[in-house]
Order: sequence, then structure tokens, then C-alpha cells
Amino acid sequence: MTGRARTVGQIFAIGAVALLLVLLGWKLAHNSGGVADDLAKGKHPAAPAFELSRLDAADGKMSLADLKGKPVIVNFWASWCIPCKDEAPALQKTYEKYRAQGLTVIGIDAQDFRGDAKGFTKRFGVTYPVVYDGSGSTLGKWGVTGFPETFFVDRQGRLVGERIQGGIDTERNKAAYARGVQAALGQAQ
Amino acid sequence: MCPTCKTTLDMSTSPIAARMKTFIRVRIAAGDSAEQIKAQLVAQFGPAILAEPPKRGFDLLAWLLPLAALAVGIVVVGGLAWTWSRRRDSGAEAREPDLDPDLERRVDEELARYED
Repeated sequence: MTGRARTVGQIFAIGAVALLLVLLGWKLAHNSGGVADDLAKGKHPAAPAFELSRLDAADGKMSLADLKGKPVIVNFWASWCIPCKDEAPALQKTYEKYRAQGLTVIGIDAQDFRGDAKGFTKRFGVTYPVVYDGSGSTLGKWGVTGFPETFFVDRQGRLVGERIQGGIDTERNKAAYARGVQAALGQAQ
Repeated sequence: MCPTCKTTLDMSTSPIAARMKTFIRVRIAAGDSAEQIKAQLVAQFGPAILAEPPKRGFDLLAWLLPLAALAVGIVVVGGLAWTWSRRRDSGAEAREPDLDPDLERRVDEELARYED
């Protein structure tokens, strides 16, 4: 190989390695845990926006922006998730209890069959809005790593309270859930 | 692919993987083709549910780039091998310097003595 060809080859090889390192660095920098990470650090970031098709209506979509100015409980779930079945009645009860104060619960059904999710809502008498995210496109932005997970959004659209991992009605999460509801309503304890 | 564990369905024991396997069995029994079943799953879970990228559009690069890299590698290695073999041939010729005539004569005399 001539000297020039060798130099070109070396430059190409170094460039390829450098590109791979840049890609690795970019991936590491952007591999964040969503807003859940910020919440865990005591911050109150804006709730990530979403617009998803409604499961509880024949057609149409629903976005977080549609609930602007209202306290919202955002619950991520799937019909195949056992703790989701356990907590569904408690979520429905919260919705009925605080609805008059403007609070709404929105269920985001992710990585699930649409038909199974509809069956779930009928079985557990869910009447709060439910949207469908089959591909799980919202999970990364919120930092959801499993089901169920629950977040609280105040009237200003900021995340408040704690991220609840697991059922809201478990001994471990009951108190944090109650605090989150109050924080969303703007009645922090 | 299992949407929660990101492995192929046959390797996953997650609840959603089990549900998807049941769905596929039911659709096969109903007479759906493989392409139809894939399309139904993609409609529910998005294109990432497929274990391999679709062979169209931007995703075609995932199929073409490895082949292109292999072809480039074959050309580079072949070119290097050809260049090295040419260098060895010309180098072998260059490594044979002409002997000094006196020295050559003395070598021939010594060799003749041994043959005798």
C-alpha cells in the first residue's frame, strides 16, 4: 500500500472510531430517566405532553393540554398487569370523590391490546378518561419503567408529589398517594 | 418482540408475550397470513414490535449497510493482498545484489574443491 493510501486508511479508521465514540456519548447523555428522575431530585418539571387516541370513546384523541388548569392524576397501566387490577377500584374512587373539585384521573394504557384494555375498563367500572398508547411512546418521557405507575400534575401543569411505582393502594404507597392527590389539588400537607 | 422485555416472543415469559402468542395462534387458526398478523400487531404496538426491520423506506438501510460493509471489506482485503503480493515479488528481485566478480570466482573455486 502506498504511503498516501495508508494515510487515507488511517484517517478513515480514526474517523470511524471517533464517530462511534460521539454516538456513544450522545446516547449516554440522552439516556435519561424522563421526568421521573427530576421528580426524584425534588424538582417539579412540566408534565410531558401527549396526545393519544381515546379508549373510552369511539374516536377522537385526548391530550394533556385538554386538561389545562385542572389537577390531574396520570396513571400508566396495562390489562395484563396484576397490581393494575388491584388498584383500579381505588383510582375510580379517587376520581368520583374529587371530581367536583376539578380533579381528573387519566389512564394511559400502554403496550397492550386495545380490546383487552377495553375489557379491563368495563370489568372494573372505570369511567375516568382512558387513552391508548400501544407502542409505549409516552413511557420514556415520563420515565416509566413498569406498571402501574402514577404521577400527579397540578393546575399549573407541573409534576408534584411523588412518583408512585406499584399499586396506589398498597401499604407502601397509600400515604404517598394521598399526599400526591392533595398536592395536585394545591392543598399540600 | 416482547414490548416490555425487548426479546423475541419465544424467549419471553412475560404476561404480554404470552398474550401475544395466544393472539397469533388465534389469528393463524382464523386463517390470517403471516403478513396480516404482523400488520395487526404493528397497528397495535407500532413497528418496533417486529423482530426485524421492515424492508422498505429508511429501514432498508438496516439490511443494505451490512452487505455494503462486507463488500467494501472484501474489496479492501483483496486490494491489500494483491498489493502485498506485488511488493513481495519486486522486493525479492531487488534483494539479489550483484556479486563482486572476484568473490564469485572464489566461491566457485571453493565449491569445486568440495565436489572433488
